[in-house]
Amino acid sequence: MSISTVALSTKLSGASLLETSLLPKQNFSRSSRVASFPAASRPNVGVQVRNNGVSFTPAQSDSSPGKLHRRTRMSAVAKESDASVSTTTDSGSSFAHVQQAPEDPILGITVAYNKDPSPAKVNLGVGAYRTEEGKPLVLNVVRKAEQQIVADKSRNKEYLGITGIPSFNKLSAQLILGSDSPAIAEKRVVTVQGLSGTGSLRVGGEFLARHYGGQKIIYVPSPTWGNHLKIFPLSGVETRTYRYFDPKTKGLDYEGMIEDLRNAPNGAVVLLHACAHNPTGVDPSQEQWEGIRRVIREEKQLLPFFDSAYQGFASGSLDTDAWAVRQFVNDGGEAFIAQSYAKNMGLYGERVGALSVIVKGAEVATRVESQLKLVIRPMYSNPPTHGAAIVSVILSDKDLFEEWKVELKDMADRIISMRHQLFDALKERKTPGNWEHILNQIGMFTFTGLNKQQVEYMTREHHIYMTLDGRISMAGLSSRTVPQLADAIHSAVVNFSSYMLKWFARSSKIESKLANTENESHYQR
Amino acid sequence: MAMARKSAASALAGAGKRMMSAKSGWWTHVEPAPRDPILGVTENFLKDSHPSKMNVGVGAYRNNEGKPVVLECVRKAEAKIAGSDLMEYLPMGGNVKFNDLSVQLAYGENAECLESKRVASIQALSGTGACRLLAEFQKRFQPDSQILIPVPTWANHHNIWKDAHVKAQTYRYYDPKTKGLDFSGLVEDIKNAPSGSFVLLHACAHNPTGVDPTAEQWREISAVMKKKEHFAFFDMAYQGFASGDCEKDAQAIRIFMEDGHQIGCAQSFAKNMGLYGQRIGCLSIITDDQTQAATVKTQLQLICRPMYSNPPVHGALIVQTILSNPELKQLWLQEVKGMADRIISMRHALRENLEKAGSQLSWQHITNQIGMFCYSGMTPEQVDRLTNEYHVYMTRNGRISMAGVTTKNVEYLANAIHEVTK
Repeated sequence: MSISTVALSTKLSGASLLETSLLPKQNFSRSSRVASFPAASRPNVGVQVRNNGVSFTPAQSDSSPGKLHRRTRMSAVAKESDASVSTTTDSGSSFAHVQQAPEDPILGITVAYNKDPSPAKVNLGVGAYRTEEGKPLVLNVVRKAEQQIVADKSRNKEYLGITGIPSFNKLSAQLILGSDSPAIAEKRVVTVQGLSGTGSLRVGGEFLARHYGGQKIIYVPSPTWGNHLKIFPLSGVETRTYRYFDPKTKGLDYEGMIEDLRNAPNGAVVLLHACAHNPTGVDPSQEQWEGIRRVIREEKQLLPFFDSAYQGFASGSLDTDAWAVRQFVNDGGEAFIAQSYAKNMGLYGERVGALSVIVKGAEVATRVESQLKLVIRPMYSNPPTHGAAIVSVILSDKDLFEEWKVELKDMADRIISMRHQLFDALKERKTPGNWEHILNQIGMFTFTGLNKQQVEYMTREHHIYMTLDGRISMAGLSSRTVPQLADAIHSAVVNFSSYMLKWFARSSKIESKLANTENESHYQR
Repeated sequence: MAMARKSAASALAGAGKRMMSAKSGWWTHVEPAPRDPILGVTENFLKDSHPSKMNVGVGAYRNNEGKPVVLECVRKAEAKIAGSDLMEYLPMGGNVKFNDLSVQLAYGENAECLESKRVASIQALSGTGACRLLAEFQKRFQPDSQILIPVPTWANHHNIWKDAHVKAQTYRYYDPKTKGLDFSGLVEDIKNAPSGSFVLLHACAHNPTGVDPTAEQWREISAVMKKKEHFAFFDMAYQGFASGDCEKDAQAIRIFMEDGHQIGCAQSFAKNMGLYGQRIGCLSIITDDQTQAATVKTQLQLICRPMYSNPPVHGALIVQTILSNPELKQLWLQEVKGMADRIISMRHALRENLEKAGSQLSWQHITNQIGMFCYSGMTPEQVDRLTNEYHVYMTRNGRISMAGVTTKNVEYLANAIHEVTK
């Protein structure tokens, strides 16, 4: 399906599921969001978007009648964007020219799911954990901690400092780096409370754009969580990609990744998923991590930026899931780490996370902290208390901490068992294709390898809600719904098998090349 | 404030020019940022061990014992919601019921714009977050416009629009001679601004001066702005907290709505519900019709997603519980009036004590001004003396947070002020 068709249909219906996939080689800027707002502020991959030098035309002549002025400004905006602008001067609104934005590709799935009246619907879109009964889960330790907090009359609701709860920050750093971390002992770690993973990444990105002495370019894996591609450009950091997922093996394209990192300019930043890569579930082995580390630290001088959203959730072990991060920090180098407690403590809506910056030198750390505050203050002043207080209680209480580890392992184990059940179900149905990647991938998501046509079919005919890149949230599966999903996948693969070959090509360009080749070979025969 | 900006600018200038290396570290060139002028005051206060120390810096309410207060209506609401399953992600626009209740409070329950559903509303990270969303939205959809900011204003306003890369101009507001409103200056500056400018207005209880326009003056400002087709953006952080009456505190907004302005409004529940650390507020924009409101909301959501994805659940749930429950709402209205009344009585007490101490200066502005803050008129040097000699902590612009004044310390404060100003 051509990109222009996608753009058109999304323009027509804001709630449409037709959003460009996040597969590699798809230029993000060709998404339908192009139509949505003026060129000056359009986020583009690979291009620095932040318009730092704001140019303002001196006031358009004040002697012109107010109405005329408004029309002039609105049509100037219209020239830059595809937006059709109302030229009626009856409109009192300064925002009459604003176009409907498309649904967020991930969060929009839940919106569509909620609208579906079918009782058989299954939501495998957003990565929020569900129990075997398909219900959201509030962890027992969280309930206990919350009760403690609410009952504690000595607690108040005052503003936190800009960097949040100090004990929360300290415990978060210990959690990811290990309490025996030399970086912590040497006071080289600055940790600030952030608005979950998103907010921590954004603060980190803004800080990089303002202060980084290296190349203000960040390399993100291909594919990656879609929001990465918005956060960094908006922060003012040029965003490029490195090869990551190999659709042939449905595993890691290690050679491609190493090559791309070697070709990156020294001083660039590299975004690494600490564990349970989103959306593919493909993680490097320990050996591969070491190879990556050597390129980043020794062959090149690159700055690692870890996104850790699933510590403990991937393997069931907090330490195992932090292994890669600790390798990079224990070698004495500098790093950024964004942590989220959304999944591993089930605190999704409380927006709890942390940004840690590991630097060389304790005095540097102090200055960095002061500058991080200047980023945060004009964004939201100081972070919300509630979620961080819960985390702090759990992490500092020995019994609650142990209990949490058990509950965490239970969640991870249920996900792993869902992987096995789905694999077995597809094997039973003799569904064409190799489905081992379901077992090999780790974490909340499976990158099935299904293409957009197949996904749309599954949603339409089988009420399976998932993102168009073929990603399913295993957390949304239960023993009850595995058969339904297996049926849907089987049916989609069988009915759309001719497209599987095209999907391996990974991009519409190669897709059309193949189509042309097919035509040519037809003539050549 | 100017100092802060200059240092930040020079820090920015230093960055990026030097290609540091991984070996020496990428951050050795980073300059220490200046302390936040407001939050830095509390930091210094906490370090002081003097028994008579007073914190009249940051605007957080204290009771007569000088202690922070968790409102009873809040405790009750929290008890209701504790143990709920509701920790899932909110939609990007936040808790919809909260948004609806919030705008009802701001615009009036029977407001026509609410009935015709033409208000775009989105849960925001308190007042700061709401202002920042509006600033980013302004940058995207009215990129040629500028924001007009009163002099003086809450320092963070400047940071917010600066970080959103929106050009800012100032308009006259406070008259140091009268310690009241420079009304003619205000009107002139608004008239002289390019048509279609965005004007930042404090809905009530101006921060830091406590000086508000009268209803008549608001009407005139509204008329001038209508003629210039300016966009009115109200920062309302003290509804109910200023006079004790929510409707009265929103009168400026009511006047503008009557005159047909399609305003924007940032609401905060930090002070009036004492939910400071919950970061709960709301950004709303009045549009032409229901479709446009929905459209504008989708675009606002696009700004939230790469900033924090979706807003925190807890504070919104508390506010929703209180405002949707008639009993709890009544209790809240009583409690917020109680806070406002205590502040007003402290204003009177401070003025009386200054007069009693024999001060020859006029202190009537203390009781004329409204809300949490009193713009004393003291110079930075006088403030420094107040801090160094009397351990009274406040911002150097002479702003006193009346919430930090109690019956036990008002005399001490009056004497100290008298000593440094006589």
